[in-house]
Amino acid sequence: MATAVMTSLDPKSRAAARGMSDIAIRNLFIVPTIVFLIVFNVFPLIYSLGYSFTDFRASTNSPANFVGLQNYRALLNDPFIWNNFAITAKYVIVSVVGQVLVGFGTAMLLNRTIPFKGLLTTLLLLPMMLSMAVVGLFWKLLYDPSFGIINYALGLGTFEWLANPRMALYAVAITDIWMWSPFVMLLSLAGLSAVPKHLYEAAAIDRAGPFYTFFRITLPLVAPILMIAIIFRTMEAFKTFDLAYVLTSQPTTELISIRLYKMAFQEWQTGMSCAFAYIVLLMVLAITNIYVKYLNKVKER
Amino acid sequence: MTSIELRDVQKFFGAVQVIKDMNLKIADGEFIVLLGQSGCGKTTTLRAIAGLETIDRGDILIDGQPVQNLKCSDRDIAMVFQSFSLYPHMTVFENIAFPLRATRMSKADTDNRVREIAKVLRINDLLDKRPSALSGGDMQRVAIGRALVRRPKAMLMDEPIGALDAKLREEMRAEIKRLHVKQGSTTIYVTHDQIEAMSLADRIVIMHEGRLQQVGSPTEVYARPSNLFVAQFVGSPVMNIAPAEVKSSKDSAEVGLGGGQNFGFPSALISQLDAARSRSGQLALGIRPEGVLVSREEKKGYLPVEIHLIEPLGSYDIVDLKVGEQLLRARTRSGYVERTGDKVYARIDPEQTHFFDTASGNSLGVRL
Repeated sequence: MATAVMTSLDPKSRAAARGMSDIAIRNLFIVPTIVFLIVFNVFPLIYSLGYSFTDFRASTNSPANFVGLQNYRALLNDPFIWNNFAITAKYVIVSVVGQVLVGFGTAMLLNRTIPFKGLLTTLLLLPMMLSMAVVGLFWKLLYDPSFGIINYALGLGTFEWLANPRMALYAVAITDIWMWSPFVMLLSLAGLSAVPKHLYEAAAIDRAGPFYTFFRITLPLVAPILMIAIIFRTMEAFKTFDLAYVLTSQPTTELISIRLYKMAFQEWQTGMSCAFAYIVLLMVLAITNIYVKYLNKVKER
Repeated sequence: MTSIELRDVQKFFGAVQVIKDMNLKIADGEFIVLLGQSGCGKTTTLRAIAGLETIDRGDILIDGQPVQNLKCSDRDIAMVFQSFSLYPHMTVFENIAFPLRATRMSKADTDNRVREIAKVLRINDLLDKRPSALSGGDMQRVAIGRALVRRPKAMLMDEPIGALDAKLREEMRAEIKRLHVKQGSTTIYVTHDQIEAMSLADRIVIMHEGRLQQVGSPTEVYARPSNLFVAQFVGSPVMNIAPAEVKSSKDSAEVGLGGGQNFGFPSALISQLDAARSRSGQLALGIRPEGVLVSREEKKGYLPVEIHLIEPLGSYDIVDLKVGEQLLRARTRSGYVERTGDKVYARIDPEQTHFFDTASGNSLGVRL
């Protein structure tokens, strides 16, 4: 089968003239990538697993001592860590639900013949092309209580978005929703336009109302691709660091990645933070697995 | 009890008029087939009746009520699509139950109705399957089941068996006929296949370029085509059409197809032609292959012709005869003529001959 996919080298090409074979060219392209992946991803992953069982501190010269599962035990018994997890869970739910509602809604609005549809779609996609740090910086300005345009536009006076401990997490989530709804929209739009038009005609003939059609035809048929968008966004939201870090430093917005960052690079508890990172990794894997199971179930039909 | 009527229906797609002055009355329980080439407006007409297309002028009446401004859900009409349009994420049961559930019918009633219709269509063992696991014929049965289950006022079918292979098509054709006889619902059926049309229809409606050409029973349409288009569209092999020249001699008429030889016709032809033609124009003669009689021996009234081509079709042969410059296709017993190039004798059966005005294409209504 592999030979059918791989096209063979044109004997008249320059590469062939230099005496290179198909295999040589393949290696030329693939090997650097693999080396890069091993050096920067696979190696640290395994190396940090080792560290997670030690009391290593990268800020000192003292040798690492093996402490067994002590780090994991300490982390899982720490109520402050669990608080970080609770904050993260709340953030993930608010942010992903918001993105799905806004993104899918926009996709529904765009999934019809309207003038300048292409231009409109492109413009709507812009937020997701920006850098996280930049988005954080200018939303900080937008949220500013005294001169921010959000308070001005909504007539909220000097409402504190980021300094208010109860509002700050939602403010970060709103920014995330603004930035990543277009991603959900893009995938939903692909899913929506793949629903055959004749199914809607059949449903109209079958006397299905708009809501019935939406919940029994549109949603089930878009579900697989929407599921993929949700998986991606959940994983990303779980790992959110820069946006929250740039926007605010409230204790109520201390997501696990921020806690992890502080533990690793401010408190220099390298061994402990490696263990923490592994706990987070396992959690993301578990959540993703649940989604993938569901996705496969949806795709079966 | 459903009658459907179209009154002066006009429909434009941009500048193109796809339905022109459509007038049609369909009686209760009738099986009507809209027949025509692709792009003739037959599917658009059907979709307009269903409410999937709007019309620009005219009225569509169901049971005497104008419905052209109603949504399809308010017209109570069912439709079977060429692409089947089954809901891929639902089982067969859920597909058939969909129209009932959409109108909030109780669970028990839904269940009964679906099982009842599944039994009629012989798909009761398939109820738990998904459409992707079905054969083409079964998919179409499910689509028909979904249309019939809510006992609609009328059934519309848009080339429902066009996507099936030839053998299955024949099978489903019989099945649709059986169902119609059993259910007796008013049905409008669109096809481009004239054999399908002939075998199913109570009345055939032939359309061409958005215009209605002829409405009549299958035999009527076959035996008395009202114009050249219908004559050539209905019937297989196609009717022979040739420019004709009619001359009167002593007590008979002579029809020449060019090439110097003339076929003899009864003298009544002359008087009928005179009556039919307001002014003399170009004439075209139409004769179906079975109306061209072939003989191996010389007979009175038969002209010598040369065999140009033989197509053996099993139950009969189609033979191309060279009459002067013209080719006439004749239908003979299989194996009656043996070799191309042979000389045989042929005659045109006056009773089966049609005369058309070449300019307008209309039949002159000559009956001999």
